[in-house]
Amino acid sequence: MSTKPVTAPPAEASLSRRGFFMKLGILFNGLAAIILALPVARFLFSSITRGRENGYLSWVRLGDVGNFPEGETRMATFRNPLVMPTDGKTADTACWVRRIAGDQFQVFAINCAHLGCPVRWFPQSGLFMCPCHGGAYYRDGSRASGPPERGLFEYPYKIENGTLTIHAGQLPTPGDPVASLASEKPPCA
Amino acid sequence: MRLITKIGEWFDHRLQLAAPIREAAGHPVPRNTASWFYVFGSAALTVFLLQLVTGILLALIYVPSAGEAWSSLQALNHQIALGWFIRAMHGWGSNFMVAIVLIHMVQVFLFGAHKFPRELTWVIGVFLLLMTLGMAFSGQVLRFDQDAYWGLGIGASIASRVPVIGPFAVKLMLGGPIIAGATLSRFFALHVFVIPGLLIGFVSLHVLMVLKLGINEWPMPGRIVRRATYEAEYHALTKKDGEPFVPYAIWKDMFFAAFIILAVAACAFYFGPFGPTGQPDPTIIQTAPKPDYFFLWLYALLSLLPPSLETPFLLIVPPLAILGLILLPFLSGEGEKSWKRRPIAVVTVLMIAITLGTFTRMAQFTPWSPHMNAWSGDPVPDRYIHGTTALERQGALVFQVKQCRNCHSLGNTGGQRGPALDSVAVRLTQDQLIRQVIQGGGNMPAYGNNLSPAETTALVAFLETLHPAAQRPAHDAARELVLSNGQVRTSGTQP
Repeated sequence: MSTKPVTAPPAEASLSRRGFFMKLGILFNGLAAIILALPVARFLFSSITRGRENGYLSWVRLGDVGNFPEGETRMATFRNPLVMPTDGKTADTACWVRRIAGDQFQVFAINCAHLGCPVRWFPQSGLFMCPCHGGAYYRDGSRASGPPERGLFEYPYKIENGTLTIHAGQLPTPGDPVASLASEKPPCA
Repeated sequence: MRLITKIGEWFDHRLQLAAPIREAAGHPVPRNTASWFYVFGSAALTVFLLQLVTGILLALIYVPSAGEAWSSLQALNHQIALGWFIRAMHGWGSNFMVAIVLIHMVQVFLFGAHKFPRELTWVIGVFLLLMTLGMAFSGQVLRFDQDAYWGLGIGASIASRVPVIGPFAVKLMLGGPIIAGATLSRFFALHVFVIPGLLIGFVSLHVLMVLKLGINEWPMPGRIVRRATYEAEYHALTKKDGEPFVPYAIWKDMFFAAFIILAVAACAFYFGPFGPTGQPDPTIIQTAPKPDYFFLWLYALLSLLPPSLETPFLLIVPPLAILGLILLPFLSGEGEKSWKRRPIAVVTVLMIAITLGTFTRMAQFTPWSPHMNAWSGDPVPDRYIHGTTALERQGALVFQVKQCRNCHSLGNTGGQRGPALDSVAVRLTQDQLIRQVIQGGGNMPAYGNNLSPAETTALVAFLETLHPAAQRPAHDAARELVLSNGQVRTSGTQP
C-alpha cells in the first residue's frame, strides 16, 4: 500500500555506520537494563537476603514462669520480633508451652508439622490434634498419628529472671523447621 | 445519519481499524462449527471481562493491608450499597471462570482442536488455565480471613519442601519471615497487576490465533489430520462450506455469554458473597481452614496420601502434569480428531474427571479431620447405655472425656478419622481392644500413657457392649482354653 523510499541494502559483511550505531544502542540498553536490574533484584529478594544477613530470629518474652503450672500445657502468644506497620493482628503468634517440671519446658509452634494448620491441645487425652488433615501428637510433641512426618516444631527457650523467653520470629515449615534447629534434642521423635 | 458516517470516516482515516475488524468479523467458518459446543471459549472471555469490571469495582473500597483488609471486606458486605452483590459477583464469577475454562479445555481436547496447526493455541491455553488457577488462589488470599491466613501457611509448607530452594521460596512468597502485611501486599500485586496483565496478553494471542488459523472444523470420524495437507483441506472446506463468522456463528456465542452473565448474577443474588470467615488473627486457633472449591481435590489428596509419598508427589506430579499438557499437541499433532475414534482420550478425560470429582466430594465432608468438638458436643446415644452396668457407663464417660469421639463415630455422629465403633465388639475381642487402646497403631495414637488401668478396663467394658443385638461379640476361643487350664468349656460359648 504505502510506498517506502527504496534504499540499497547494506552488504552482508560490511558494518554500516547505521548498523554499528544500532548495535551500540542495543548494547547501551543492555547495560542500562543490567544496572537497573541489580537494585530491582535486591528489592525483590530483600525478604530472603535480610533473613540471611541479620536473621529474623530473636529472643521473645512469653511471660512469667509462674504463669505456666508444672505438668500442664498452656497457650501463650507473642508479638513477632519483626513488625511492619501494616501487619495488624497477623504479627501476633500463638504457641503451646509445656512446663514439664521446674525450669524444664517445651515450647511448641502452633503450626502442624504437616502443612502448618493450628494444632489444638486436649489435656484430657494428652494429645495435640490438627483440624486440617488429622495429624495428632503426644504431649511431648512427638508424632502420634496422621500425615505429619515428624513431631511438632519446638522453639529453643531460656529462663531469664523468672521470665520464659523463646527464640522465635519465623514461620516454621517442614522444609525449614527453624524453631528446632537450636534445640538440644533432635527434632524428629 | 450522514453525520455519524462522516465522524466514523474521520476516525477510521486515522485509526484504519475498520477494514481489519470487518475482515475478522466476516472471515468464513465451517458451517458446522456454528454449534452450541463452540461457545465456551467466548464464554470464558466474557467471564474474564466480568471479573475485570467487578474486580475494579471492589478495588474502590478494598484495602490491601493485613491490618485492615478484613474490615474493608466487612464494610463491602454490610456498609456499602450493594457491596455484597459486587463481592458475590466476583466470587461466583471466579468459580464460573474456572469451570468454563475446564469445560472449554475438555471440549477442545475431545474435538481434537489441539492438533496441527493449533498446537501453540493449546499451549497458550494451558498457560491461561494455570493463570486462572493462580487468580483463584490469590483471590482467596485477598479475601483475607482465617481460611486465607492458614491457606497461606499450607502454601508455604508445600513450597518449603522443594529441595534446596524451598526455604528461600517461602520467604519470597511471604515477603518476610511470617504471614503478615507484606504477604497480603504481594498477593494483591499478583492478583491485580501481574496475573491479569499476563492474562490480557495471553488471551489476546489466543484469540488472535483462533482468527488467523481458523476455528477447528467439526471433527468427522475418518477425516485424518496430516501436516502436509491439513491447511489446504481446511481452506477448501471453508471456501466450499463456509459462512461468515458474523452473524452466522456469533449469535450463539452472544446468547451463551448473556446467559452466563445472568447465571453468575443469579448465583450472586441467591447465594451471596463468600465470607469472609473469622478474622485473620493467628492467635484464634479455633478454626478448621478449608480451601475454595477448586482446590478441594488437593486438600483431599494431601490428607489421603501416605506421609512418605506426599512430598515426592507434590513436587513431581504437578510439573509432570503441566509438562504433559504442554507436550500433548506435539505428541499427537496428527491423526483422528473425532472423539468417536479416540477411546483412550475419552477414557482419560473421564478418569481425570471422576478422580477430581471424587476427591472434591470427599473434601466437602472431610472424613479425615477429627471433629474437634465431638467429645463435648455429641453425647453417646441413649440406646448404647440403656441397660448397661455401672462399669460400662463409666467406660462411656471415659470414651467421651478422652476425646475418642473426635475420631470415632457412634450412631453416625462424631469424627470419621477412625472407624465407626457402633459394632466394634464384633470385630475385636477383649484382648485386641485392650491392645489397640493402649498401644494404638493403624493410624491411632497410643493411649497407654493417658489412661489409668481402671479407665482402660471401663472403656473396654463399654466397647464390648457395642455390637448389634443379633450378633455376638467377637471372642478368643483359645483364651478360654488357657484360662480354664486346658479344660474345654462347652457351655455358653457355642452357638
